[in-house]
Amino acid sequence: MNKLILTTAALALATGAALAESHGSVVRMGTEGAYAPWNYLDDNGDVAGFERDLGDELCKRAELTCQWVTNDWDSIIPNLVSGNYDTIIAGMSITDERDAVIDFTQPYTPPDPSCYLALSADVDVTSSMIAGQTSTIQAAFVAESGAMLVEFATPEETIGAVRAGEADAVLADCSYLEPIAAEGELVMLERKEMIGGGVGMGLRESDGELKAMFDAAIQSMKDDGSLNALIEKWEVASTF
Amino acid sequence: MLESCADPSGLEGLSWLLCYLTTGKHIAFYASFGTVALLLAITAPLALSFGFAGAAAARSRFLPVSLIGKTYTSIVRGVPDIAFFLFFVIALDQAFEFVRHKVKCPDWPDAIRQGNDFVVCDAAKLPLSSSPQWVHETYGFMLAVLTFAIVFGAFAANVLYGAMKAVPRAQIETAEAYGMSHAQAFWRILVPQMWVYALPGLGNLWMILIKATPLLFLLGVEDIVYWARELGGTKQARFTDFPHGNWLVYYFGALLVFYLFVTWGSEKVLARVMRRLSHGQATAGGEALRRAGA
Repeated sequence: MNKLILTTAALALATGAALAESHGSVVRMGTEGAYAPWNYLDDNGDVAGFERDLGDELCKRAELTCQWVTNDWDSIIPNLVSGNYDTIIAGMSITDERDAVIDFTQPYTPPDPSCYLALSADVDVTSSMIAGQTSTIQAAFVAESGAMLVEFATPEETIGAVRAGEADAVLADCSYLEPIAAEGELVMLERKEMIGGGVGMGLRESDGELKAMFDAAIQSMKDDGSLNALIEKWEVASTF
Repeated sequence: MLESCADPSGLEGLSWLLCYLTTGKHIAFYASFGTVALLLAITAPLALSFGFAGAAAARSRFLPVSLIGKTYTSIVRGVPDIAFFLFFVIALDQAFEFVRHKVKCPDWPDAIRQGNDFVVCDAAKLPLSSSPQWVHETYGFMLAVLTFAIVFGAFAANVLYGAMKAVPRAQIETAEAYGMSHAQAFWRILVPQMWVYALPGLGNLWMILIKATPLLFLLGVEDIVYWARELGGTKQARFTDFPHGNWLVYYFGALLVFYLFVTWGSEKVLARVMRRLSHGQATAGGEALRRAGA
C-alpha cells in the first residue's frame, strides 16, 4: 500500500514537472460570451464573434497558444487579477477607473458613440428610465446624466426590460443594438452619446511582457489592414 | 449533431425542433443537469459532516474548541451568500496557490502581491495554465463544492446544535447512571436520538441547496440556470443557425418543472426518513406510530 502511494506521488510530481515546463505558451483568454457580435456562444457552445476571430489571429501573430474561457461580467476583473485567466477580451472599453486596476493594450476598435434603443422614437432620454448593464461605461454615464438608471447583470436582460416596459430605453454599444433594432419592434434613437476610449484587451498590471506581445500583434494587424477587415466583417465599430 | 441538421434553414416544424434541441449548446444544457446532481450528491453529505463537526465542537466542554465551533457558525451565517461566493472562493484559491508557491518556488524574487495583482510562479498555479479546460472546470467545481459545504455546513451545524439540545436531558443522565462515559453517551444515546429533531431543519437546508446552484456560475461552473438563460435569450439569424425570439419563458418553465419534481421527490424521501426516525422516540410522531402499531 505504501509503495502504491509512493508511486502515485512520484507520478504526480513527474507529470507536474512536465506540465510546468510546457507552460509559458498557453494564454487563457477571458470573455463574457453574451455580447454578440463582439463575443457570444455559437450553436456548439463555443466562443465566437469578432473577438474570437481577433483573439485567435493575435495569438497566431504573437505565437501563443490560446484557450478561451467564459466568465460572468460582474467578476471578470477580480478573476483576472487573481490569475484565473490572463487576458480580458470582452468588448471592454478603456476607462480611467479600470485602468487604475488593470492594464489595457492599445485599443483594437476606435472610440465609438453609444446608442439608445427604445420602444418608441419620442422617448426623452434625459428624464426617463434607462436600462444599462452593471459595471459598464454606459451605466456609469446614465448614473451621472441625471436620468434614472436600472441595472441588469446581462445585456440580454437590458433589452428584455425595454420590451417589457420596465425601462424606456437601453443605452449600449451601437453595434450590439443594431442587429436587435433590425428585427423591428424596438427603434434606435437619433441621439448618441460619445463615451469611452475605444475597446482594448485587459491584462494584469504585472504582465508587461504579455501586454507588449499583444500590443505588437494589434499594431501589425492595424498596419496590414486586417483589423479593419475584421471590424467590417463583424460590423462592431468604425474602422481606423 | 444529426446529419439532416447540416442545413437547418430549410427545416420546419418537428424536424427543425429536433435539430434545434440537439445542438452542442443544448447537449451542454442537458449535461449541466448532471453537474447539478453531482454537486448536490457530493455537497450534501460533506455539508452535513461539516455541520456535525461544527455542532459537536460548539458543544465541547473545552472552551477553545467550543469557541471555534461557535465562531464558524456565526461568521458564515452572518456573511451574505453572494459575498461569500464572490470573494471567499477567490481568497481560497489564492490561499492554495500561496502555499504551493512557498513550497515549489522558494527562490522566487518577486512579490506575490503586486498592487492589485496576485502573481505566483507558473508551477504554483492551480490548475496549471497549461492544463486542459476540463481540469480547470473540475477545479472550479471542487472549489464550488467546498464553498457550498462550508456555507451550508454552518447552517447545518446550527440545526444539529439545536437538535442535540432538544434530546431530553434525562436520556443522558440515564446513560451516565448506567456507567457510560461522556463520549459513549454522546455517540450511543444523543446522536441516534437527535436526528428526529434535526430533520425538519436539515430538510429545509436541502431545499435551499437545490435552488442555490445558480451561484455556481460565479465560480465559472455552468449550471442549468446559466444555460437556460443563454439558450432562451433572443437569437438573431446572423449569429446562429436557429434564430428565435425571447424563449426564456419556455426554458425557465422547464426548469420550474424540474425543480418542482425534485422538491416533490425530496419531500417523499424526507417523509419516509422521518417515519423511520420517529420509531420508538419519545416525540408526538413516535407516539402516533406506537398507537397505530398497537
